[in-house]
Amino acid sequence: MANVLVFIDNPGQALKKSSLELLTIARSLGETAVAVNGELSDDAAGTLGAYGAASIFRPAAADLDDYLVAPKAAFLAAVADKSGATTVLLENSPEGKEIAARLGIRLSAGVITDVIAVDADGTAHKSVLAGSYTTTAKATTPVTVLSVKANSVDPEPAAAPVTPETVTVDAPADATAAAARITSREQKVASGRPDLTDARIVVAGGRGLDGDFGPVEELADALGAAVGASRAATDAGWISHDAQVGQTGKTVSPQLYISAGISGAIQQKAGMQTAKVIVAVNKDAESPVFEIADFGIVGDLFQVLPQATEEIKKRKG
Amino acid sequence: MKIVVLVKHVPDAQFDRHLSGEGHTTDRDESILSELDEYALEAALQLAEARGGAKAGNKVIALSMGPAGAVNAIKKSLQIGATEGVHLTDGALAGSDAAATSLALAAAVRHLGADAPVDLVLTGMASTDGETSLVPAQLAERLGLPQVTFASSLDVDGGRVTARRDADTHSETVEASLPAVVSVTDQINEPRYPNFKGIIAAKRKSITTLSLADIGVDSSQVGHAGSWTRVTAAEERPPRTAGTIITDEGDAGIKLVDFLAAQKLL
Ligand SMILES: Cc1cc2nc3c(=O)[nH]c(=O)nc-3n(C[C@H](O)[C@H](O)[C@H](O)COP(=O)(O)OP(=O)(O)OC[C@H]3O[C@@H](n4cnc5c(N)ncnc54)[C@H](O)[C@@H]3O)c2cc1C
Repeated sequence: MANVLVFIDNPGQALKKSSLELLTIARSLGETAVAVNGELSDDAAGTLGAYGAASIFRPAAADLDDYLVAPKAAFLAAVADKSGATTVLLENSPEGKEIAARLGIRLSAGVITDVIAVDADGTAHKSVLAGSYTTTAKATTPVTVLSVKANSVDPEPAAAPVTPETVTVDAPADATAAAARITSREQKVASGRPDLTDARIVVAGGRGLDGDFGPVEELADALGAAVGASRAATDAGWISHDAQVGQTGKTVSPQLYISAGISGAIQQKAGMQTAKVIVAVNKDAESPVFEIADFGIVGDLFQVLPQATEEIKKRKG
Repeated sequence: MKIVVLVKHVPDAQFDRHLSGEGHTTDRDESILSELDEYALEAALQLAEARGGAKAGNKVIALSMGPAGAVNAIKKSLQIGATEGVHLTDGALAGSDAAATSLALAAAVRHLGADAPVDLVLTGMASTDGETSLVPAQLAERLGLPQVTFASSLDVDGGRVTARRDADTHSETVEASLPAVVSVTDQINEPRYPNFKGIIAAKRKSITTLSLADIGVDSSQVGHAGSWTRVTAAEERPPRTAGTIITDEGDAGIKLVDFLAAQKLL
């Protein structure tokens, strides 16, 4: 019997760092089973073994991806029953949280989202009210469902790799009955930059860029950073909505957040104020962003950013 | 169409927000209608208006669950244009987590559908206090309905709802049959403000109060008793304090890099 079940949706050719983090946390809680939807390459399967997954559960049907979350939750509920796991870990993406939500109802299990650490007894740590409180929470039910934020632990393979057994599980017959169907899907072009939610460094731009993200992108590339934006910049169409950081965009907790031409409205702060170090460049000394910046520069970003980019390139030789 | 919009009364994010009491629940003084629910309300009003509005029998019911003060979220919704309000309130509901909240709301939606069926339940993408986004999906699961979450556009035609969603790596179009539960993002529309006419009209609109008994829910199923999670501790984070602020004198870019180097961030 497994203690912990990790859900990995469409692992692709190589497991994402966030999946490796889930597997690392799972091992600290006990024997790990993994539920995988979609293709499982030999490489990915090998990594699951290296991270200590004793068993891999896969759905009998291939069409779970044609629907929004509901059938995935139904499949996962069936696996949880079969594996006997008392903790289920999922990634904290919008879709991960929705699967967790429905799974919770199916299993009569407490669901905790936005988790950043899990104690051996299942107590989960998270921050709430836009980062103003840190809390611990625990499910009172026999099974606990947790969605865990990326960058919560350093991934580490098991001391000794295992060879997982593979088990096929039927999703319940009613799984797709009351589900929304996906009728078309368009792939977005990849930027080649690190993923915003788990990047170590984020350079973000706002209305002050006046339509030109060049200085932000160049600084980001010199630092190997992801590019973020305020809602004013995404609403203006200067950059795609996925770059938005804040209450209705992404929450990021990087080592370094560089805010350029962003005023620092409460909804923007909500998404970035747990960054370790915050740097702000803004020509208005009264901007609220300076209240939370570790290093603030009152100045024109079109001067400051290119100069910094040049200097970084020079020092990196 | 009969549309139920879930509206939540939440602490205003412009002020410091606090957790208090044994259950570490949010203080609800200084509360307002959750900004993110205004987008759901606007979407509902647009769907109703496109079908001839209230005159043609379209209903937009603003439903809020919460203590006495939550009626303010309903009043604001009526001023903006909802046709009627429903306030689910009962002492036993205090401290409900997402699972208990979705249980009570599911019962309330069933109750509201007893005379004529509800076609659509609209919600914001998340509450601005709990921020978990769990309730819309849990409500759908409890009602056995299809759920469309994070819709950035919405269309209803011939008993089907079509929506667009944007994920990181792809965008998708999704379709579900009615009735359905749909949560919408802040990308979907530009919410309107209440105008003078709306404020006057709201005074004549009815607000129905429902208790747990009215919707057939036992008090043990909600509140702390019915919740499946418990907050065991809460600690206020020290607010961030301002660090060094300099004014650019032509070399701020270099000073920025010096700072990054000193912090070992290069
Ligand atoms: C329901 C709701 C949800 C929201 N969600 C989000 C969210 O998720 N994320 C988000 O960011 N916002 C969000 N907002 C919007 C938020 O309230 C602000 O409107 C937004 O963050 C402002 O963006 P900005 O700072 O880029 O623009 P502004 O407030 O216009 O600030 C631009 C700044 O650029 C500076 N500037 C201009 N030119 C230069 C220059 N050459 N060099 C240096 N500085 C310059 C100016 O001094 C100014 O401070 C939300 C709002 C609502 C109502």
